Amino acid sequence: MSEFDRRDFLKLAGIGGVVFASGLRAGVLGEGWHNQTIRNDGTGADEFYFVQLSDTHWGFDGPKVNPDSRGTLKKAIAAVNSLEEQPDFVVFTGDLTHATDDPKARRERMAEFREIAGQLKVKTVRFMAGEHDASLDRGEAYQEFFGDLHYTFDHKGVHFIVLDNVSDPEAVIDEAQLKWLQADLKQLKRDTPIVALTHRPLFDLYPQWDWATRDAAAVINALTPYQNVTVFYGHIHQEHHHMTGHIAHHAAKSLMFPLPAPGSAPKRMPVPWDPSAPYKGLGFREVEAEVKKAKYEITELPITKG
Amino acid sequence: MKRTIILLMALTAALGTVTLPAAPRAGSATEKVIRITAKKFEFAPGEVTVRKGEPVVLELTSEDRTHGFNLPDFGVRTEVKPGAVSRVHFTPDKAGKFNFACDVFCGSGHEDMSGTLVVTE
Repeated sequence: MSEFDRRDFLKLAGIGGVVFASGLRAGVLGEGWHNQTIRNDGTGADEFYFVQLSDTHWGFDGPKVNPDSRGTLKKAIAAVNSLEEQPDFVVFTGDLTHATDDPKARRERMAEFREIAGQLKVKTVRFMAGEHDASLDRGEAYQEFFGDLHYTFDHKGVHFIVLDNVSDPEAVIDEAQLKWLQADLKQLKRDTPIVALTHRPLFDLYPQWDWATRDAAAVINALTPYQNVTVFYGHIHQEHHHMTGHIAHHAAKSLMFPLPAPGSAPKRMPVPWDPSAPYKGLGFREVEAEVKKAKYEITELPITKG
Repeated sequence: MKRTIILLMALTAALGTVTLPAAPRAGSATEKVIRITAKKFEFAPGEVTVRKGEPVVLELTSEDRTHGFNLPDFGVRTEVKPGAVSRVHFTPDKAGKFNFACDVFCGSGHEDMSGTLVVTE
């Protein structure tokens, strides 16, 4: 099945909501995202897709929130494996595990998570930390299992930058990482397609619920001169889209429990499980990249069909 | 630590409300003093009522580990460390209910650690 066919199939099957996202060039500020159909130009050479999974919180136990807490991630992995055309890679945008004060239990959860994630057919899997993984020990256990907390990689012309805004429990990127980011960006052309992957939002989404990164403005300032920047992140357990200037930010759903919309409830307590609609509010997403246009089409997919 | 101090200094300069625990300023006679205790994973009291226009000093202490106190609607935040009193001075200039939360990740119940400031007319 071609890329175009696969996208059309998803839409026709009503499997997921499709959002068209863009890194946006300077001349089209404010366009944001629109439901659109992408035409297949026949080349296909500059297109690829990846899957974003987020906030799996392995080790969480709360039957009223998710009675299938030990099965949901496995179902999501099976759903990804069942995609007819496999993605180029999978990225987990943090909170792989649920926090525990016990260093031994923390490592056990990480080991279990890594084993389950290893069941993905796709063998290129990128990990990043969330505050539940890394804030209590400044990323010590996380690095033992998953490697660096911040790093870059390139894929078919897109420069991916994984930023760590969680291993400092105060939710800061810090000066050292900012310098590292600035040095990395310096090597790029101003029109290089850039995707930043973070756990927390890189803007003040809702600081009243700690949905922010303390020094996000410095990161956005560093990224702003670049014309094609898109951010994918997690943390807030729901789909969310936002623009800071020409930079688009897209939050992903969780694979453990959904959270309320920002400020819509007195507390950021998990949305209770709905027996009439199991796994409602949970899911993962496909991201289709059109490299030359620095555009990304997001398709939200449920854990289970039907 | 150096970065924390720089951040606190920057916040203090920007907001004029955050006081370093090492050099606390006691509440003045005109300020209403409210003591709040932080521990995993709650503030006590969890709801604080003040009057609009009335100067307030919050005196925050921690019973266990470092927490944060963030009240973004009034540009107020500080760290709350065991063995120290963090004082936050401000005058609420709008009425309503406003969330405050711990913004230093403190464990599995961190997301529950929040409270409400009620400002009456």
